Amino acid sequence: MPGYVSAELTGAHYIDGDHATAEGAIAAGCNFVAGYPITPSTEVVERLAGRFPSTGGNFIQMEDEIASSIAIQGAVWGGAKAMTVSSGPGISLMMEHIGLAAMTEVPCVFVNVQRGGPSTGLPTLPAQADMMQARWGSHGDYEIIALSPNSPQECFDLIIHAFNLSEQYRVPVMFMMDESVGHMTEKVVIPPYNQIEVTPRRFTTKRPGEYKPFALDNGSMVPPMVKAGEGYGIHITGLTHDERGYPVMNAQIQDRLVNRLVDKILKNVDKITRVRDDGVEGADVVVVSYGITSRISMRAVRMAREKGVKVGHLRLVVVWPFPEQLVRQLARKVKAMVVPEINLGQVVLEVERCAAGNCNVVSVPHAGGAVHNPNTIYSAIMEAAG
Amino acid sequence: MTTKAGPKNPVERYLRMDRMPHIWCPGCGIGTTVNCFARAIEQSGVDLKKLAIVSGIGCTGRVAGYLSFDSFHTTHGRAIPFATGLKMANPELKVVVYSGDGDLVAIGGNHFIHAARRNADLTVFCVNNFNYAMTGGQIAPTTPLDAVGTTSPYGVCERPFNLPFLAKSCGAVYVARWTAYHVRQLTKSMIEAMDKRGFSFVEIITPCPTLYERRNRLGDGLARMEWFRDNSVIRHGSDTRYADIGFQEKIICGKFVDVDRPSLLEMTQAKLGDVVSHRRWQEMSRRQRRPLGEEATKG
Repeated sequence: MPGYVSAELTGAHYIDGDHATAEGAIAAGCNFVAGYPITPSTEVVERLAGRFPSTGGNFIQMEDEIASSIAIQGAVWGGAKAMTVSSGPGISLMMEHIGLAAMTEVPCVFVNVQRGGPSTGLPTLPAQADMMQARWGSHGDYEIIALSPNSPQECFDLIIHAFNLSEQYRVPVMFMMDESVGHMTEKVVIPPYNQIEVTPRRFTTKRPGEYKPFALDNGSMVPPMVKAGEGYGIHITGLTHDERGYPVMNAQIQDRLVNRLVDKILKNVDKITRVRDDGVEGADVVVVSYGITSRISMRAVRMAREKGVKVGHLRLVVVWPFPEQLVRQLARKVKAMVVPEINLGQVVLEVERCAAGNCNVVSVPHAGGAVHNPNTIYSAIMEAAG
Repeated sequence: MTTKAGPKNPVERYLRMDRMPHIWCPGCGIGTTVNCFARAIEQSGVDLKKLAIVSGIGCTGRVAGYLSFDSFHTTHGRAIPFATGLKMANPELKVVVYSGDGDLVAIGGNHFIHAARRNADLTVFCVNNFNYAMTGGQIAPTTPLDAVGTTSPYGVCERPFNLPFLAKSCGAVYVARWTAYHVRQLTKSMIEAMDKRGFSFVEIITPCPTLYERRNRLGDGLARMEWFRDNSVIRHGSDTRYADIGFQEKIICGKFVDVDRPSLLEMTQAKLGDVVSHRRWQEMSRRQRRPLGEEATKG
């Protein structure tokens, strides 16, 4: 990082995905980050530690990832836009607090620069094996949103989107990078800050005494917020709670709360879904991919097209919530779907479930440590095309 | 709740009366500490709007839920890092962490020592009832040697923490210990602790008649208070190294540490304030030499 950079970095840059993520967070209005060093994500917090004094943000290196993942939630209640950054082992430690953020509806972002696992695994090499953990890792039923960028430019653009979604739905958003994207250096264009769309936090218009922290208004499934220190005297708990935020230990309140937490995401799948469609219409075979693997898939798709195969490419930019309807409809139109991912088959399970036997679903697994060889995906496409 | 004639609780305005009755057992000392805290708030004149209470999990973890300020009932052991983030994001707040011994120094021990080391701008009240009460009386890192708990039926064979010594050696600027019997002294200490900048810590020894006292045949809540009265030794300024608590041995109470050291917030503001003003100066002088925006495109 250069010795000095001004607060706004509008212009073209040659930076890696980790640095682009840090810049995108700043552009999104993030002003609190707590983190703990871990490869391959550390550059994100290093950049922020250097940049935040100029942009008015706070960075604190906590004693562990458990502390980081809850310090950000304290900061959110203090009025900040907050995120934490880690990789597999650290994200595993954060799981309880991802559940807390889901339960107490704290808008925040968890960046996971994925590396090979399980356990310490391959600290410096890529994987996409935390996708199911991102979705289900904490205990209990809940829904989160997960985004998967495939380039440094997208790290910048999508982390802003991640913050916006977290505010819109009051939900923790998982930003599922991987070592390749994090350490890949490419051109990143940062637009003028006043042209960047940032979703502000929705604060209540009610006065203290009238406001209930988890009461819905205007038909929304997402309650408006307040911050500490304004006289509302809110109570926030990870226990099952009613509209006042008070703990209530019974099945009715549990049913109402947990269903709303899940429904506010699942009933808005159409709004949240974001895919990139490359020649899916009229294709016989469709490659479904996300993150770095989508770039390898592009090459394989081109190779297959050169052989005259009608192959499309559907890239999941938002992986969770899963675009269920879209995949269901697609399954009725194509012969096969090919799902390459740098794990032993995680998102492919969802594709299979939604295809419901209407087309062939082919997993192209990779245990991690490298990206796929395009030929492997190409062969799977050719075989599926028959 | 139905309204009843009769005297009102004098600290009612600090409590969430719509949550009464509370869950604590008869003879439990936590309510006593909350009473002291309410009076400390009243006497200190702290801005109630700017007061935030953060608790972890356990019997004392429920304190946040009964106080009428902004209050957060977080996860087990993590009240301190939550509070650290809250305070950093909104330095105007007075942030009080109010939790139990198991929560703060067993599962939360790492956060406790680091918050003290950083001199984080937090006041920490640790209610020490010598065991995990919410889960039925298991031993804690504070259970005195030889005392009995459900997970140590033959008596504890590990040495407990000496919390004032731990807090002091990690850098706390205020350290005191009282029992639930010492309501006036405790109230005064709470006021002093909240008045400090940096990491202030008060340990409060309380009865747990349902579990710790019953299993160790130490009598009911009242008997325990009498025991505290007869067996506490007030030694202000005492060397915390000698503040260990042995099973049914004298309890050293008092204010042990009251020093001034720049807090995390003060240190951060001083350091980064310099950096930012220096950089602004650099930027201004650079802009005089080059057209605006040129440096930005270099990345």
